[in-house]
Formats: sequence, C-alpha cells, structure tokens
Amino acid sequence: MAIFLTENSKVIVQGMTGSEGMKHTTRMLASGTNVVGGVNPRKAGTTVDFPEGKQVPVFGTVAEAMAETGADVSVLFVPPAFTKAAVIEAIDAGIGLAVVITEGVAVKDTAEFYNYSLGKGTRIIGPNCPGLISPGKSNAGIIPADIAGPGKIGLVSKSGTLTYQMMFELRDFGFSTGVGIGGDPIIGTTHIDCLEAFENDPETVAIVMIGEIGGDAEERAAAYIKDNVTKPVVGYVAGFTAPEGKTMGHAGAIVSGSSGTAQAKKEALEAAGVKVGKTPSETAALMREIMQGLSG
Amino acid sequence: MDLYEYQARDIFEQHGVPVLAGATATTPAEARAAAETVGANSGGVTVVKAQVKTGGRGKAGGVKVAKTADEAEQYAEQILGMDIKGHTVKTVMIAQGAQIAEEYYFSILLDRANRTYLAMCSKEGGMDIETLAVERPEALARIAVDPNAGIDEAKAREIVEAARFDVETGDKIVPVLQKLWEVYRDEDATLVEVNPLVQTAAGDIVALDGKVSIDGNSDFRHPEHEAFVDHSKTDPLEVLAIERHLNYVKLDGDVGIIGNGAGLVMSTLDVVAYAGEEFTNAEGAHPKPANFLDIGGGANAEVMANGLDVIFEDKQVKAVFVNVFGGITACDAVADGIVKAYGILEGHGKSPKPLVVRLDGNNAEEGRRILDEAALPLLERVDTMDGAARRVAELAAAAN
Repeated sequence: MAIFLTENSKVIVQGMTGSEGMKHTTRMLASGTNVVGGVNPRKAGTTVDFPEGKQVPVFGTVAEAMAETGADVSVLFVPPAFTKAAVIEAIDAGIGLAVVITEGVAVKDTAEFYNYSLGKGTRIIGPNCPGLISPGKSNAGIIPADIAGPGKIGLVSKSGTLTYQMMFELRDFGFSTGVGIGGDPIIGTTHIDCLEAFENDPETVAIVMIGEIGGDAEERAAAYIKDNVTKPVVGYVAGFTAPEGKTMGHAGAIVSGSSGTAQAKKEALEAAGVKVGKTPSETAALMREIMQGLSG
Repeated sequence: MDLYEYQARDIFEQHGVPVLAGATATTPAEARAAAETVGANSGGVTVVKAQVKTGGRGKAGGVKVAKTADEAEQYAEQILGMDIKGHTVKTVMIAQGAQIAEEYYFSILLDRANRTYLAMCSKEGGMDIETLAVERPEALARIAVDPNAGIDEAKAREIVEAARFDVETGDKIVPVLQKLWEVYRDEDATLVEVNPLVQTAAGDIVALDGKVSIDGNSDFRHPEHEAFVDHSKTDPLEVLAIERHLNYVKLDGDVGIIGNGAGLVMSTLDVVAYAGEEFTNAEGAHPKPANFLDIGGGANAEVMANGLDVIFEDKQVKAVFVNVFGGITACDAVADGIVKAYGILEGHGKSPKPLVVRLDGNNAEEGRRILDEAALPLLERVDTMDGAARRVAELAAAAN
C-alpha cells in the first residue's frame, strides 16, 4: 500500500519550468511517477517535452492544474523567497500533499504556512527535504529511484544523502515508502506522522528511522512508539561527534544545552524498545536481523 | 546568527522598544568618553557591560556599575580582553544607569516541538531563566503565539495576566510586548529575550538587556543584517572557509572530513571517531575528526579544490576522508572534480596529504575507474564507508 504516495498519485510540479524543476521532473518521469502537469503563471497553456515522448502541460495556477488533471500531489521546486506563497496557493487549492524540496526557506515563512495549513486538509512534507518514494509505485522529489526497490520496510529520515546510504545498505529488502522529512527547525511532517502511517500500513512490517542532533523530535517519537507502535523499529542518530553550540549544516541541527544531543536521543529511543545502531551499517544489520526473524 | 547586546539594543530602539542610552567602546579611553555622554542623564552612573555571545557575564565580572566616567574607564580596562567562557571581550557597552524598582522576564522564541512560537513571561526577572523554569515553574507563564496572528493587544494582555502582573503594571507592559513582537516578526528572529525587562523607580518600563537570534535563512530579505555579522572570527581556517562559501566547522582532531550532505557528513564524523578508537596509542590518544565539511552537490572541481585546500591547510590534519554517496550527484563527476582539484592545488604549489575516497551510488563504477586511472599521489580508494573510515584512521595514526 505505501504511505502518502501510491501508484494512483497524480503529481504536479510547481516551478517545473525552472532548471531544478526540469531536471527533477525528468528524473521523476523516468522513474515512473505520473507527472500530470506543471505550474508556472507565465507559461500557462504551453506544453513541455520530456525524454521518451512524454509531454507535460503547464498551468497558470495549482487550482487550474487540479481542475484539469485531478492532481492530488504537488512537488515544489520554488526558490526560498517565493516558497511560502506557492505553498499557500497549493493549500488554498485543496491539494492533499505538498512536498517542499526547497532549501533555505526562512523559518518564519515555514511557521506561517505550516500553521496556515492546519485544519485545511493539505499534508506538507519538508521544507528542505528530498521528498518521498514508494519504490515501484511513485517518486515525488529528488530521491534516486535506483537505490532500492519495493519491499516492506518503512523509512523516515531527516537527512538526504544519509537516507540514500541507509536505503543502499538495505537494498536487498526494499521499502514500502521512504520519506525524507527534512532537517529544518520546523517541518510539515514529523517522524511521528510517518510512524503512525507506517503502523497503519498493511504493507509495512518494520520501520527504520533516522534522526540527528537538534530539537527533540526523536525523543517525542520514542514516547509515541512506546504507546502506539507495535511493529519493530530500528533507529539511527547522526551527530555523536558534533560539538555543542555549533551549527552542523542543517539550520535545525544545532546542539545547545543538554537536550538535543545524539546520546539523549539514542537513550530515549532505546528506552522505548527501539534498537539503535552506532553507524549506518550497524543499523542496517539490526534491521536485517529483524527482517530475517520476521520471515523465518 | 546571535547578536551582541548592543546590536539588540539598537534594533529595539529602531522599533520603539523603550531602552536607555548606550554606546560601545573598544578601548578604556573610548569607554570614558562614552560614559561622559551616556551618563549625562543618570548622574554620571553607567554600567560597563562585556559584549560577548554567552551568558554568565555578571558572574564572570563582566558587568560593573560605574559611578563616574573615571570608574567606567577603569572597569573597561579590566573587562576588555577578559575571557568569559571561552569568549574574549573585544567590546564593552557603556549603558546608562537606571534606578531599578522591579525586574521582569520576557521572551519570544521558536517552539520547534509545537511548530509555533512561544512567549514566556515572568514577574521574576534578572535570574537565569532555566533555573526559574525548574525551581519555580508556576512563576513562568508560557503562552503559545500563532505565527500568523502574532502578539496583538489581546494576546499581550493574555500574557501579562498569565504572569499575574497587577493591572497597572500590566497596562504598562502590554505595549512593550507588542513592540518586542514586532522586532521578532520584522527581523526574522528565532529568539528575542529581555532579561531583565525592568520597571524603573520612576515607573517606566525599559528593556535593560537584549538577546536576539536571527534566522540565517532570512538574509536574502535583510541586507541590513550584514552589518551585524561578526567578522572577527579568530580561527583562520574558518575565516578561509567563509571566504570560499564552504559549510565548514573546525574541530579538534587529525582526520579531515569532506562529504555530500549534512546528515551524511555528521554520520561520517561519528564513524571515523569510532574507527579511530581501534588505533589508540600508548598515551591514550586516537585519531578523531578534524572538521565538518559539507560540499553538498560538490561535483564542481572548484568546490572540491576549495574544500581540500582548507583541509590540507589545517596543520593538525594527518589524513583526509572524502565520503560521497552519489544521489543526484554522479560519482564520475565527483571523481573528475577530485582529479581537477589536485591539479589546481599542485598548480599552487600545495602538496596533498594521505587521502581515502569512498564513492558509492550514482555512477560509482565510473567514478572509481577515473580515480584509479588518475593514480593521484597518496590517494587510496576504499569502497565501503566503514572500510574507508578504518583505513583513514589507520593512515592518520601511522602518520607520526
């Protein structure tokens, strides 16, 4: 079944005609995603040609695109200065899922559009995320489709390339859905949101979650897992070696004071029954053991 | 970006938050001159305050009340150059003295957990807020602030009532809270903290201190924030990295690290630290990461050259690990980048250090082939992240 993104998903791309939009729409199409339209007010009415004879119409607004195509997912490749407006447009049009790839969105803008979305029926994933993939079914974002195929592991991760590394380590098992939730301080979809969805997805039998220093999302996920998740969960946290007070890449990955450290997160997860690996390969080995146990 | 107190004070003033006079000084003589002006309306009384981006200034002796300009000069002499929790005091702020009747606390900050903003307010200001929150949580009001609605008069009233101010004081504080909200909103702040917010003997509400943090992602719409950037970073490697627009943080070890993607690089630091333990020497020391460096897409030869340059410049580095998982970035492009980078460095007369490269993912085979053919000096290829981490730790341990 997969979560959030299935073989029936109809995807439009806001910012499709920009260079990032074009590059990644090409890749999404190549991996079998049903891209039904692009959105760019200045190119409405045109059609863009993609490799292998695929043609994608461009609409002026999200609402128009949805009316014409029945799209239910939007992937946004819109520069930071315009991201909030684009997300709000998607929310107002009533799209079910908005995947915000953009890095560098001002946290105020995210706080505003996320809170605007509450009660309005749009799930936001991101910003500053690689998107999500349900291998063999659909791919909304920039995750490479050739790292791993379909399977029964659910993956939720704050990181981009570290996600790919983990998918690579577990490629012999495959994934139901891999969701990159992004590393910004405020994000539309959390570890908990994905854990809940994976718990309710018949196709997913085990879950791997990747976290990193900063904030307390992993600690809250641990508390959630204890009370609500029956499927086995394996975790990995990056940033044991990161010194306090220093930003490490992601705007959200700042350690300040005693909470938000990798050690604190590992302990919280283990207390909830989650096995935590010290390295990506160790984490994969823990999952491998679980999968072998489940099938044996 | 964290601002200095004097910068926060200036922003408060611009937005109409009540503040007292203040001026900065970098020498005792300047402090004296500043005190003469600033102390004019307070009977010559000023406060000499160390400008450092850390708390605990008072306890460290970095905040002193001066009764005259002479005293201000003397205190400035003591405080300038002081080390406060690892920060050297380069600037002091000479602040107008105040007759403080009561001290309060107020802040607005990002509440990551609830994905909204949080306002905190207390009638008991002037002390460490973390201690207050633990010892007397009932004395600290916490009110959620919707990012789209902000703090209007009604919300400000809700906050002062929750903090149990009497009506008269509450009425005076309400407009100040609204102004502080405007600072938070209009400057793209992630924290605005006033501790203490005081009521003076004359009954005025004044912000006697200010801590403001600004969201780095908002720089594109705040060209004026460039003036707040502290260019006095002392670490020459970090200065070099900033000049080259590299996402670099210097640590204290001997294994240089380059990777693509912040999460992967953080993970690489951890994996190298663990691998290093195997090579603990007789004195108990072992190889450790020397830095964090995320080159993102990184296939660009110039970015790779800049990254390698900064890391090779680090005298502590004995070996380097380039760890790439090609997602969108193709490993052959990365390999080309490394080859070109070595060419550039050689052209500048720089010599490489032992380097281990791990390429995986998109076009990894092709990337590995390119590196093998180039046969660059001191460069080895190991195809797994764990194996490469172990090898680079081994090389660092051996390079003595």
